[in-house]
Amino acid sequence: MANPPSFPPVPAAPSAETLSIKVDGRSIAVPKMMPDWQGRLQPTTMLQACQAAGVEVPHYCYHSKLPVAGNCRMCLVEFGTPMMGPDRKPVVEADGTPKIARSVLPYEPGTPRGAIACATPISPGMEIYPSSPATKQMREAVLESLLINHPLDCPICDQAGECKLQEYSVEHGQSSSQFVEPKVHKPKAVDLGPRIMLDDERCILCTRCIRFTKDLVGDDKLGIVNRGSYNTIAAFPGTRFDNNYTLNTVDLCPVGALTSKDFRFQMRVWFLKETSSVCTSCATGCNITLWSREGRIHRYTPRDNDAVNASWMCDQGRLNYRWIGREDRLREVVSQRPGGRTWNGALKAVATSLAAAKPGSVALVASARQTTEELFLLSQLAARLNAVTDSVPRQGEADGLLVNADRNPNMTGARITGIAGETPGARLKEIASGIANGTIRTLIVFGEDVTRVGIGAELLGKLETLVVSDILPNATTKMAHVLLPGCAHAEKRGTFINAKGRVQRFLKAVEPPGNARPEAEFLEELLALHAGAEAGHIRAFSMESLFNRMARELPGLSGIEWAKLGDGGAPAAV
Amino acid sequence: MIVERKELSLAERLYLPAVVNGFSVTWRHFKRTVFEGRNAAKETSDGYYPEVPWKVERGYRGAPYLVRDQEGSTKCVSCQLCEFVCPPKAIRITPPGPDGPPADRDNAEKMPKEFEINMLRCIFCGLCQEVCPEEAIFLQKDYSLTGLSRAEMIYNKEKLLSLGGTHAGTQKWRHKLDEARAQEAFPIENRPAAH
Amino acid sequence: MDWSFLLFSVVKIFVVFSVVMTMVAYAVLVERKVSAFIQDRVGPNRTTPFFAKFIPVLGPLLTRWGIFQPMADALKAILKEDYTPGHVRKIYFWLAPAIAMVPALLTLAVIPFGSQLGAQKMVIADLDVGILYTFGIVSLGVYGIVLAGYAANSKYPFLGGLRSSAQMISYEISMGLSVIPIFLMVGSLNLSDVISHQSGNLFHWHIFQQPIAFFIFLIAAFAETNRLPFDLPEAETELVGGYHTEYSSMKFALFFLGEYAAMISVSAMMVTLFLGGWTLPFFGLDQPATSLGMGLLHILIFLAKLCCFLVLIIWVRWMLPRFRYDQLMDLGWRRFIPVALANIVVTAAVLLFAKS
Repeated sequence: MANPPSFPPVPAAPSAETLSIKVDGRSIAVPKMMPDWQGRLQPTTMLQACQAAGVEVPHYCYHSKLPVAGNCRMCLVEFGTPMMGPDRKPVVEADGTPKIARSVLPYEPGTPRGAIACATPISPGMEIYPSSPATKQMREAVLESLLINHPLDCPICDQAGECKLQEYSVEHGQSSSQFVEPKVHKPKAVDLGPRIMLDDERCILCTRCIRFTKDLVGDDKLGIVNRGSYNTIAAFPGTRFDNNYTLNTVDLCPVGALTSKDFRFQMRVWFLKETSSVCTSCATGCNITLWSREGRIHRYTPRDNDAVNASWMCDQGRLNYRWIGREDRLREVVSQRPGGRTWNGALKAVATSLAAAKPGSVALVASARQTTEELFLLSQLAARLNAVTDSVPRQGEADGLLVNADRNPNMTGARITGIAGETPGARLKEIASGIANGTIRTLIVFGEDVTRVGIGAELLGKLETLVVSDILPNATTKMAHVLLPGCAHAEKRGTFINAKGRVQRFLKAVEPPGNARPEAEFLEELLALHAGAEAGHIRAFSMESLFNRMARELPGLSGIEWAKLGDGGAPAAV
Repeated sequence: MIVERKELSLAERLYLPAVVNGFSVTWRHFKRTVFEGRNAAKETSDGYYPEVPWKVERGYRGAPYLVRDQEGSTKCVSCQLCEFVCPPKAIRITPPGPDGPPADRDNAEKMPKEFEINMLRCIFCGLCQEVCPEEAIFLQKDYSLTGLSRAEMIYNKEKLLSLGGTHAGTQKWRHKLDEARAQEAFPIENRPAAH
Repeated sequence: MDWSFLLFSVVKIFVVFSVVMTMVAYAVLVERKVSAFIQDRVGPNRTTPFFAKFIPVLGPLLTRWGIFQPMADALKAILKEDYTPGHVRKIYFWLAPAIAMVPALLTLAVIPFGSQLGAQKMVIADLDVGILYTFGIVSLGVYGIVLAGYAANSKYPFLGGLRSSAQMISYEISMGLSVIPIFLMVGSLNLSDVISHQSGNLFHWHIFQQPIAFFIFLIAAFAETNRLPFDLPEAETELVGGYHTEYSSMKFALFFLGEYAAMISVSAMMVTLFLGGWTLPFFGLDQPATSLGMGLLHILIFLAKLCCFLVLIIWVRWMLPRFRYDQLMDLGWRRFIPVALANIVVTAAVLLFAKS
């Protein structure tokens, strides 16, 4: 059972048929069937029922997107079922309600017998007691057992602050342990793979990592070796835990056993600010949370979205954030035109030279890494100038899981705004020859190094005006007559449209470096200046109104509003 | 807890007895200082402050410094709890990161790359000492911190450690290491493996 | 215009101003010393210029009691960076310290600080409406503080300014009402007349004739000068520094000087209104001076009485805790104003019966 046909599996809708049960004495109707980890309908479990009732049942090994293992025992709850008489009819109390038989040990009827909520299906009339004294005792005992060999090295553990063991110990545990023997010591700081570090002492053997890599990624590398107290997670001898999804096991690990080498000892998680964002490394557009502190991004983690990436993302995308904080980021406006090196001066100069340009003598290359709003504004500019436009394609290989062959995050956006045609990159040759024979005198480049796609330095040298906006320096930015420093996605708001046509919004996490400004902001100013507006009389920029205007004007986006996008995005008709 | 407010008597409401009382108390002290020549400095010390340094009593909360253990290793493991709890945000820790220096003792894995306390911001509340799980930071007896610039008043790790001295407490990481060495089944390596 | 009048006025103004400013400076020292003594400390005792100890006889004394402390304070205030925060309303911010200082000094213009030296009456302006002038000027004092609170454009000064305006306006009413019985008895608003009305006998002093009026005036004076127990506008423990939180250097010093100048002027008012001004009811000291020595003695008597009040005001600061804001308002509006009104009615009735 390697990969389900579509990845991530789309969860089926819960069945309409409901069962009536009681959770902590409160009646609730829950669907009889609910999607399992593969999205297929299975009988609803007690844990799902409790979640539906709004009662949290602590758990380690259970994960809604992984096969159920039922080995941590943390979700033990006391429960009862309607009592059946010898005539196979429910026994009824004096007041007419069905009599409930609490589950007890077979030969010790005074002792409650819990069941693991993650793997026990509910039955009609069932009563679950997640807050009963017996349940509490079971949790205390399970936690005490899990902590027997735990090193309690929270001060140096990266998981501290987001550790389920810490959280549940505080919430459900007891402060003392009856265990006085020396703890079993296991290997620490094991180099499991190129991106993963393992601390076996901290491991509580929930096997989430094993199930993930075996059942979801199909790279069966991890297992448990040794016996009893010496149980240890390990990669199979002679192999390294190395696939493109290994870092998901760090997120999955409820304790600090698996840690990311990249994030190891970087920053305590309680300092980090979480911002909803979207991964920019391919057209899948995995939903991510961006963790930053004081203007520095420390890590990406996947954000749940069943329509895009479930709870996962690839390692490549996850680690692709360092460039945002690079020292050589473009910070200042550079302009060789009169007006000076200020935003006002440079934009005015660009507007003046664009107004002087002959229609048809302008070309525009905009990256499919720009936001849809920026591409929309650029397409409006191009329409005014009757310019040739195109984007640069980036093709790679799809892996059948999350990585898309199209490595641009927003090629769909470039297509629907008309910046790119059906085959992106087809018009680049036309632009190159236009420059070569002198029909194209002005080139606007947003976020690409055009010297790599056939418009070399000698061609750029022929241009009258070269306006470039980018984030990092490259061969094209060096040639620019006017260079406008832009923002990375973490520094601005906007939307990308992924390969499946889902409009996904990302938010601003950190401030842009130096004088860099969000492209949409200055593009709107440029458009206004080009239309003859006076600087200083331009309407203040509003992302909301820009997006809503774009959604009204672009056919595929009708009906979508910024405010309604939410964290999950909305499907566009493209 | 709700405390009942006591009903005031007429004398109390008039305030005058309190005024008279106040006069008698302040006069008593005034008289003692001016006419009997007694004052706090004379009675608790041998003289006045700059000439005669003040005697620091036990439990005094002076400047917070980092301490070393009895083997001379840094006790701090860069857990950043003090940075988190510090009310005026005077503490700033730079964690080692994946490539930073390993701890200067076996088995602790981690120590701060840089540890700065801005003594201009510090309010000497002692929360850092209270929160520290490693007994690595203590409010010590220094009460007169001076400097000629703001930068000089930001004490770095080196300075804090040299001022802090040694605190011989439980060596929990050494203890863990000894325990692990005693168990033959899993001989543990002293240092984190290379990346 | 009479040139000699002008000349003498200028001289009087100059002398009064310099004396008052010196007193202000040393009132600060006294404040620090008194507070130190009450708190078992020694207070400022080591500020001395290097040459002081070489002065014969006086030298050892000068080096011991912090005599030079006010000079050091002034030097510090002048040399410190005069910082104007970026978020303030600049014009008002600069204006406020001056406005806080000026009314306190102007009040002194009508106070008779002695009988006469030669032919000159020892008062800068012997106004017939002296007391009205005083109250008019005193009520301007609130503007300095309110402006400072408003101009600073931050929360603590703002709260301080608000408190101050409410407090000063409230207590001005009881202050004004409390002195009306005095003028009913004197029959004139001229402060020189008030003094002559108190001559003759110790019990002619209004403090004995109108104790309730004196009492209310005294407490209102504390409130008007923003001194403890009514220092709510600055209240360090609650409002950092109240209205002068954002001020530094000489601007702050102006507020500071203003506060002490206000203390001196209300003390002078109290001396004049209730303690017989420059008079003493013995040895004929209650009649205008006939010789130069007597004139100087009158001035000294006035200053001595003034200093008693200053010490009282200073002492109270280190004795009583601050009132709560509602208690302050309650005291002003619901206690003092009714009592002051009743006092007026009773005095008027007594005067009417005594006449008929």
